[in-house]
Amino acid sequence: MNQGDVEIRDITMSFGSNPVLRGVDMDIPHGQVTALLGANGAGKSTLIKVLSGVYPQHGGTVRIGGEPVHLITPADSRNVGIETVHQRIDEGIIPGLSVAENLLFERIVSGTIRAISSLRSMLKPAKEVAQALELDWSDSFLRKDVFELGIADKQLLTLARALSRLPKLLVLDEPTSALSQVEVDRLFEVIRRMRTRGVSVLYVSHRLSEIESLADNLVVLRDGTIRGGQRAPFNWDIALTHMLGEQAVRAMEEFQERRGTQVCLSMKSIKLFQRSKPFDLTVNKGEVLGVVGLLGSGKSELARGIFGADKFLEGTMKLGGIGFRPSAPAAAIKRRVFLVPEDRAAESMLPGWSIAQTVSLPFLKQFTPGFILSFGAERSEGLRIIEDLGVIATGPDQDVDALSGGNQQKVVVGRWLQGEPQLLLLDEPFRGVDIGARREISRKVRFVAGHDDAVIVLTSDIDEALEVADRIVVLVDGEIRFDSYVTQTSREQILSKMSEVA
Amino acid sequence: MTNRAIIGSEDLRNRIRDYIVKYGFIVVTVVLFIWFATSEETFRMPNTIFSMLKFTSVVAIVGLGVTVAMVVGGLDLSVGAVAGLSVTLSAMTMVIYGLTGITAVIVVLIAGAAVGLFNALLIVVLKIPDLLATLGTMFIIMGLKLLPVDGQSVSSGMTLRDGSTAPGKFTADFLLIDRATWGPVPFPVILFLVLTAATWFFLTRTKWGRMMYAIGANPEASRLAGVRVRSYRALAYVISGVFASIGGLILSSRIGQGDISAGNSLLLDAVAVALVGTSVLGLAKPNAWGTALGAILLGIVITGLTIKGFPYYAQDIAKGVVLVLALIFSFTLSRKKSRYVSAV
Repeated sequence: MNQGDVEIRDITMSFGSNPVLRGVDMDIPHGQVTALLGANGAGKSTLIKVLSGVYPQHGGTVRIGGEPVHLITPADSRNVGIETVHQRIDEGIIPGLSVAENLLFERIVSGTIRAISSLRSMLKPAKEVAQALELDWSDSFLRKDVFELGIADKQLLTLARALSRLPKLLVLDEPTSALSQVEVDRLFEVIRRMRTRGVSVLYVSHRLSEIESLADNLVVLRDGTIRGGQRAPFNWDIALTHMLGEQAVRAMEEFQERRGTQVCLSMKSIKLFQRSKPFDLTVNKGEVLGVVGLLGSGKSELARGIFGADKFLEGTMKLGGIGFRPSAPAAAIKRRVFLVPEDRAAESMLPGWSIAQTVSLPFLKQFTPGFILSFGAERSEGLRIIEDLGVIATGPDQDVDALSGGNQQKVVVGRWLQGEPQLLLLDEPFRGVDIGARREISRKVRFVAGHDDAVIVLTSDIDEALEVADRIVVLVDGEIRFDSYVTQTSREQILSKMSEVA
Repeated sequence: MTNRAIIGSEDLRNRIRDYIVKYGFIVVTVVLFIWFATSEETFRMPNTIFSMLKFTSVVAIVGLGVTVAMVVGGLDLSVGAVAGLSVTLSAMTMVIYGLTGITAVIVVLIAGAAVGLFNALLIVVLKIPDLLATLGTMFIIMGLKLLPVDGQSVSSGMTLRDGSTAPGKFTADFLLIDRATWGPVPFPVILFLVLTAATWFFLTRTKWGRMMYAIGANPEASRLAGVRVRSYRALAYVISGVFASIGGLILSSRIGQGDISAGNSLLLDAVAVALVGTSVLGLAKPNAWGTALGAILLGIVITGLTIKGFPYYAQDIAKGVVLVLALIFSFTLSRKKSRYVSAV
């Protein structure tokens, strides 16, 4: 009964006068995993929201097993057997409720579980839900407030909840962005099992390696229409050409490893966590240092410590030979140490602000020639960054909220580049960023290092690090486990260092 | 075909909506003004208009302070109490201590700044949410100001604790704050316009104001962009305190005695005009000219209703309607998401 091919026909969706989906036609065969690939702004999120019943005003039809379904509300969508796990994990979580209540939330809302029930009575059904993902969560864990959970556990919670409802169509939007390798493996195993049960899976991801190992079909969405479909094994050159267009693919450059000789930042006895041992680290001018570490490895703590956003538990730093102990980001910025933070929405973006205003904020002094802020100077700087990094925008006055994730990131990276960094820190700069923007940002970052400044890229993705970095450092549990130039190591070696348990 | 037609009409709807959001409030103000002016002869006399602007100026100036606090994403509930404190303090300085009007002005301004600093201490250092901290300050100030005057209003010739008569009186120059005119224009109106222009300039044309708006939009992103968030939040409360004390000075000069109940109703009016101001020109954020216009609109409504012979309680109803209307402009109709006001 769970079976049914999903046929999507001529789906259209516009926001005001701006058409985002221009007639999407695709099939999601049952018992197969269909991957959806697309650059930021291609319309992936909109398509997913149409499928999950968020946009009742869409055009076109969706059929499941030949039966047309009406997707007017999220409840409709769920009732016809479509389960969606959204990229933004917090949208699916209700803080203040326990893990068990969150697992059973839809049943509580629908009244299947009495409104007034003891938490104890919920533990058993909650455990069954968790079992859908083979999560062996203990009673005490189920009693916890979800607020206390890490991002990975929250992600697993929403996944388990979706899987437990035995959907006909399972839509997963970047489900692995917060998960460790072990958790990813477990998720994939479950998805494969869903596949044998005849579920149709729509898998949206930027990570080609995941699609390669999981998907049976691949479709590419670009500018609101489907541009190409393939069956496994996939030809990635063709897929990327469909996704980005000819030009972007050709723009890939050959990588030249650079080695700096002069020290930019030297760190001594840095202690990141109470339980971790202190380490030393030097960052050289003229090279890109890739710090690879999983969530919780301490990479954000390292970046924020150098930038003065937080304080190290112990340790001292020297920048260009002079003592460096920033009391706040403002102090670090004065020494031309900049950070592109991990969480773009929460830590970089100012809602309602234009590109020009976002760009000028850290350097307002430069835009105040006399006593008065020069709007013209801001605008021309905004325009320069738009052109320089290929930001897709209507102009420097456009609101940053209206930009896609990749373009927002370009604006943030661009604004720090204009400040001529001595040391540029980028924490997960490629998260939620399409491949085109990722290449552009990488190219810029390498260009900075080419000018004898230092760059640190912190990421959990080895491929991203290998793409951009000259030297790789592996961070595990707040300690440095490995340090090598990329030409002297391999993906496998880095991976094994990351998974080594001390 | 049908799709395109739908897009076309939606586009038009959005454009109309944007126009309403942008100019709706100004149109409402002008229409009300014209209605009162054509129907009531008294209303259109220049004297009425200037006296309306004059009594509006206190609310407007205090509202400007609230605006600055709202820009950094906070709210200052102590402004009414500070204005009241200013009335009592100025009266004490002149009447009980027999000092000059200039001294009274300086004492009051310092007191306003001091209360602002105290708010900043609670909010920035002790990390108490803005609303709650300033609520606490409000009560403290309201009680504290009564302490040295034994809960009595201060007026010249009053009997002091030791049985003697108060030596001083409100000085002539101090009384001029409210009574002086420049041509037909009362001094408080000039002060109101100058302070509005200065606040507008500070908030939108200087880097300090820009950083304050940044803090209101996203404090963490601002900090990571190098903004000294704590300092600017503190500064905002000091500015708010000083503006409230300036409003209190005008009030004190107007009443001519240290009335202990003065300033009591100011808080709600000042917050209301600052909120109304967020809806002006569709900015959906606190701004100086918006606050000024909000205060003028409120002035027009109250004066008009009074002249038309409505009972006093009609004023509150009218204020409430104006506020709700403004909030509909800011929240319902505007397509910009306002972080500043929702932080309240």
